Amino acid sequence: MSRAILFNLIQVLVVMAFAPLASGVLSRMKEIVQSKRGPSIFQPYRDLWKLFHKDEIVSEDSSWIFRFTPYIVFVTPIFVATLIPVLTNYPLFFAFMGDMIGAGFVLALGGFFATLAAVDTANPYGPIGASRTRMVGFLAEPVFMIVFFTVSFVAGSTIPYIVQEKWVTPLANFFTPSHVLLMLAFLMLILAEGGRIPVDNPTGHFELAMIDESKSLEYSGRGFALMKWGGQMKFFVLMCVFLNVLVTPWGLAGGHTLGAVLLAIPFVLFKIFCFLLVLVVIESSLSKLRLFRITEFLGAAFIISVAAMIAQIFLP
Amino acid sequence: MSETTSQLLVNLNALATGLFLLTAFGIVAMRQARGCLNLFIIQSLLLAASAALLGLRHESSHLYGVALVNLISKPIIVPWLLRRTASAEIYTRREIDQVLNIPTALLIALALTILSYFLAQPILNAVAPEFRGPNVPIGIAGLLLGAFTLTVRREALPLLIGLLVMENGAFLAGISIARNLPLLVELAIATDGLIIVFISGVLIRAVEKHVGTTAVGELASLKEAAAEPAAKEASK
Repeated sequence: MSRAILFNLIQVLVVMAFAPLASGVLSRMKEIVQSKRGPSIFQPYRDLWKLFHKDEIVSEDSSWIFRFTPYIVFVTPIFVATLIPVLTNYPLFFAFMGDMIGAGFVLALGGFFATLAAVDTANPYGPIGASRTRMVGFLAEPVFMIVFFTVSFVAGSTIPYIVQEKWVTPLANFFTPSHVLLMLAFLMLILAEGGRIPVDNPTGHFELAMIDESKSLEYSGRGFALMKWGGQMKFFVLMCVFLNVLVTPWGLAGGHTLGAVLLAIPFVLFKIFCFLLVLVVIESSLSKLRLFRITEFLGAAFIISVAAMIAQIFLP
Repeated sequence: MSETTSQLLVNLNALATGLFLLTAFGIVAMRQARGCLNLFIIQSLLLAASAALLGLRHESSHLYGVALVNLISKPIIVPWLLRRTASAEIYTRREIDQVLNIPTALLIALALTILSYFLAQPILNAVAPEFRGPNVPIGIAGLLLGAFTLTVRREALPLLIGLLVMENGAFLAGISIARNLPLLVELAIATDGLIIVFISGVLIRAVEKHVGTTAVGELASLKEAAAEPAAKEASK
């Protein structure tokens, strides 16, 4: 019992500690592909440290939403990290609270408050970004629903610990069309939700073209640090769901000892590193889509997820 | 053959057919003529893979023959023939016309796929259980999606590819319900396909030479030379 709580804490700490590192590694590798040296992979930590020591300026016309949002954005990924398999392949102490759909809703709560906060200060760029984020969000929503529907159809459950077993026992199940197509659809969803390149340019500095970034334009100091850290953790958590539940459910701790759980950390980080390599290839070879082409990108994701479901129906 | 190997072959075949369905969707939605052709090549490779996997599973040399013929004729000879007959200008065309916008076309394509499931049921009920697989419904879906591509595209090369997708779909269904599909039939059909490609390629070139465009959707009605610019305006 106390051990399950301890493991849950370790899980949360891993997400908190390594989320900035993942984002640092990603940006460093992208710079290397572009024949530049790029900032150190520890730069996100220094940014967070610097921001936490700066003064925070809050517009006096803003409401409580603006002040509360950074905490909500920061806390929701931590909450999700207690539900999903980050390090272990057996449910931990808090895992009874929600399944994959629950995790999706909790993450959406953070996005909802970030959107409200962007509108709150009446800064001209905030609402543009907020409405665009909503557009991407409501186009991604049906894909999420179909993906979860197909997962529950194939695995008979939406609890991640049952789903991850289903794909690899026996190993031949890994190659079923529904699984491969689901991976593809979910990858496209991660790109859209994480604001990665075919949908949004995370390193862009041009306010009119921003989608995700413009929501935190008004924040400074500690609030900005929390928003940033929260965004990195959200991306980390999405990667964990993708890798540990859908793609490679190997390398997770099966034993109930502290050593096994700690040993799982390098495995999980290695998997995330491999995924980041794939992401670098995607981000370096594609260009950002025009705003109204995003409809087609997410439409394609929707078609792929429905094809996954149909392929499952077609199996005898 | 052991149980796990057999199960693995079944799943890999199902994966090939699933990706086959995806390429058929891609051909409906793709904007570039070149992209359509590339997707068609991938689709033919998947068809060959499916034939080879079924051949392994049923231990049938005829299906290996089918795979080999497909491997040579479609991914290699068809693009080569098209390159020889149709001009390079067609290949580089982007933003090719569609009657419907892409999300609508994809939704209709989805409805056709679901329809194919019901069309496949009588066939699946008629064959032995070991031949029941995803090949028949997805093959029929390929057939319908190819026909759908034919109706919504207004550019000559994607129209031709729609025709070839129909053929691929029919094959995908055919290889799974007959263990010993005579190689002669397969050879004859493959040759037919190549002849269709050749004739269409020549036709596309002739159309382009006379009309100056391969957007055949705009050639639906006879027009006087003087009235043509106005009619073009109207069709846009």
